[in-house]
Amino acid sequence: MSPRKEFPLLMERGAPGRRAYLLPDLDVPAQPLKDLIPGEYLREEPAPIPELSELEVARHFVGLSRRNHGVDVGFYPLGSCTMKYNPKVNEDLASLAGFANLHPYQPEETVQGALQLMYELEQHLCEIAGLHRATLTPAAGAHGELTGLMLIKAYHHSLGQDERDEIIIPDAAHGTNPASAAMCGYKVVEVPSNERGGVSVKDLERLVGPKTAGLMLTNPNTLGLFDEEILAITDMVRAAGGLLYYDGANANAILGKCRPGDMGFDIVHFNLHKTFSTPHGGGGPGSGPIAVRDMLVPFLPTPVVEKREDRRASYFLDYDRPSAIGKIKGFYGNFLVMVRAYAYIRTMGPEGLRQASEDAVLSANYLMERLREFYHLPYPRICMHEFVLSASRQKALGVAAQDVAKRLLDYGIHAPTVYFPLIVEEALMIEPTETEPKAVLDEFIDIMAAIAKEAEESPEQLKTAPHYTVVGRLDETRAARHPVLRWRGAVEGDTTRDGR
Amino acid sequence: MGYPYLPLTPPERREMLSAIGVDSIADLFADIPQEISLKTDLNLPPALSESELVRHVQELADRNISLADYTSFLGAGVYQHLIPSAVPHLANRAEFVTAYTPYQAEISQGVLQATFEYQTLICQLTDMDVANASLYDGATALAEAALMSIAITGGNQVITFESLHPDYRAVVETYLQAVDAELVVAPTKQGLADIDALRPLLGKATAAVLLQQPNFFGLLEPAEEISALLEDTPTLFVACVNPISLGVLKPPGAYGADIVVGDGQPLGNPPAFGGPSFGFMAVKEKHVRRMPGRIVGQTQDQDGNRGFVLTLQTREQHIRRHRATSNICTNAAHSTVMGTVYLALLGKEGLREVANQCAQKAHFTQDQICRLPGWEMLFPGPFYHEFAVKPPVHWSKVNEALLGEGIIGGVPLAKVYPERKEWENALLFCVTEARTADEIEHLLQVLKEVK
Repeated sequence: MSPRKEFPLLMERGAPGRRAYLLPDLDVPAQPLKDLIPGEYLREEPAPIPELSELEVARHFVGLSRRNHGVDVGFYPLGSCTMKYNPKVNEDLASLAGFANLHPYQPEETVQGALQLMYELEQHLCEIAGLHRATLTPAAGAHGELTGLMLIKAYHHSLGQDERDEIIIPDAAHGTNPASAAMCGYKVVEVPSNERGGVSVKDLERLVGPKTAGLMLTNPNTLGLFDEEILAITDMVRAAGGLLYYDGANANAILGKCRPGDMGFDIVHFNLHKTFSTPHGGGGPGSGPIAVRDMLVPFLPTPVVEKREDRRASYFLDYDRPSAIGKIKGFYGNFLVMVRAYAYIRTMGPEGLRQASEDAVLSANYLMERLREFYHLPYPRICMHEFVLSASRQKALGVAAQDVAKRLLDYGIHAPTVYFPLIVEEALMIEPTETEPKAVLDEFIDIMAAIAKEAEESPEQLKTAPHYTVVGRLDETRAARHPVLRWRGAVEGDTTRDGR
Repeated sequence: MGYPYLPLTPPERREMLSAIGVDSIADLFADIPQEISLKTDLNLPPALSESELVRHVQELADRNISLADYTSFLGAGVYQHLIPSAVPHLANRAEFVTAYTPYQAEISQGVLQATFEYQTLICQLTDMDVANASLYDGATALAEAALMSIAITGGNQVITFESLHPDYRAVVETYLQAVDAELVVAPTKQGLADIDALRPLLGKATAAVLLQQPNFFGLLEPAEEISALLEDTPTLFVACVNPISLGVLKPPGAYGADIVVGDGQPLGNPPAFGGPSFGFMAVKEKHVRRMPGRIVGQTQDQDGNRGFVLTLQTREQHIRRHRATSNICTNAAHSTVMGTVYLALLGKEGLREVANQCAQKAHFTQDQICRLPGWEMLFPGPFYHEFAVKPPVHWSKVNEALLGEGIIGGVPLAKVYPERKEWENALLFCVTEARTADEIEHLLQVLKEVK
């Protein structure tokens, strides 16, 4: 075990007067700043930003990067997050000057390639979703949800049905679903899951009605199970006058196998940073486009990319949309994320996307089948791209899901999603994705088996894990009880280590 | 046929199927009802090899004119600054790029510490107590600040001014509509917030006043007067600022802002056709538990070693569900790493110098333009690095002439304020440190000759 060593903060490095980057000399006549801008608007002291040399900055951030796990470092079976490989060439393409160095207010004729790429990506996503048009503007899945719910609201309003103020959400849903509904002013009605892990249709029947604005559903759901009664569910909501929202967080299971539009959904969001291989970036930026059925198209937020079929096809941003819900983000969305997703779809083609989903589902089922020997499998049926185990057997030995998770870190593997979905006790949600070699899956099985054995033979080893990471298990309770949310040290003359 | 990102071989697939105990892949998809199971391929173009892909996408990129090819005087929310070479080299380390939200802190200390440093830098720039780990962009950060103000005060009305970026206004409006709250747009006088018009609009229901500083026209708003007006009222003062400008401009903490937001793109992020960038938010200590989004906090391990974790998570959607302060999950972490590396490279003096050079070059350019016959300022007030000018000919002629000379001119106000006929023939120019004296001279030459 290597001795653990603290890694100084940027603010604890450098020296006054040190520079890492020099600007060219000012080449227009310099004026005293006070002559240009009245003193009342100027700051008295420069912001106390640290002062380092370029090498110090380089060592700092390379050092930080080495204290971080990523898909390129090792296996990352984080359920519901689809941590698949992020192709390198797509990074190159997103950094082309012709994309990265475009200003959103350039004249349309100077950004035709960008608009064409957006237009075509929209078409491809609509084809994959089985729907008609899409907006690429939402910046993440949750942002797509919010946008979709605004469309639902606008649609019912247009029909004079403002009394529809309830959104039905399964108890197994991602937390973003109810949070998005609340941000849109909706009441959340929770529908329970049945014993097979799907939506309880019996309960749904009781909950739908004239107040129902819509249903939000992930299919496959957060248990990784495809809802066998999906058509009955969507029929029931539609018959009651509600709309159907598909949370595409788990869309990696269904590419080219089936389409949300065909299932009866009216709105679908895709997480380009999950399903379409764009990097997660340590928590974003992502992109959460939504595709919609034709009756919702007039409400899509502005602008929409349209194609002019003149002598030569040209593309433009259409703001002339009187029924639009408005704007939901500055400019046009996370364009460079779109470039990567477009490149991915073009690399895979229709067969490759289907193969990706098939391999993702195959890998998940393989892991599930092999791991059920060591961990409780609460829903023993074929899964899709992910599955949920329970550490309930280990819990009986005094070892929690969290301990299993922390021990995995010692093996250089990111833990599964833990304690979610909420309907499974001691949940471990595992999503291998299609990009992992079988040898990695087999190694993971061996490690999970070894951990299960440790739970029986030396539970302390798990409860005190991780042992080989750059810091030991961190005290989250302390962080929340005594929040230290920034470095204060030298700035205010306070030299205590924790900045208080 | 193989795919570069799919490592399983046909024999491995067979082996895995057999371990599962099924005969075929189709058995794994048996839960999909037959009537919706796709029988044919999706209608998508066929797969491309890497070299074919690069050629195709490069062709699309070549159909654009980038700011690397032309000289741009565009600003209005997205700014072209010099980006040190080390920014992408360091920020694009695969360990940062291919990670997700740091749920497992012990193997995510890199992103967590970088975010803690980022939060500190944002507080130092804005002179506020606490910052979150980021939001999507400046416009959505402002909308979140409006919602947060509503949650804190219980009011259902938010006031802003016509001088707020029209896109930001539109986004706030959309967000507020969803919760049946009202956005009131107070008028401006000479492009600046009209305080006399604001006074009668304020009431018990006013959750917040949103002010952009510098505003959309680049003008410096009377922030201190507005702050003073709100002082003994429950109404919160929300400032929306350009982070580069804070290299020289007074930080919002010094003029009494309760919540500060802005777009972080100017800090080391490319213009990117408007995204991704990142939204930042900093607040006074007492509002921290109402803040949306992730927050990183310092803690320690069992041996007392310092470490960082996501904290105050009971505000968040994955715990609190429909009672969360926001639905945000994925934010803009990597863009903030770019911003953090940028600030680390610039340092205290570098940032001040960038901010100063922007002001110097913009004022020089403005002065020279207004010496040309027929050109005049739209508004007289003090500005930072953007200014709106009225040309003696129609704005479209100006921008056409400039484009012909390899220059992208200012943002036409006619496009962003179509309803304001009196601002119709004006262009909003931005001059940053990235523009050279030669480029400015070229601009002036073309403007001089345009008819």
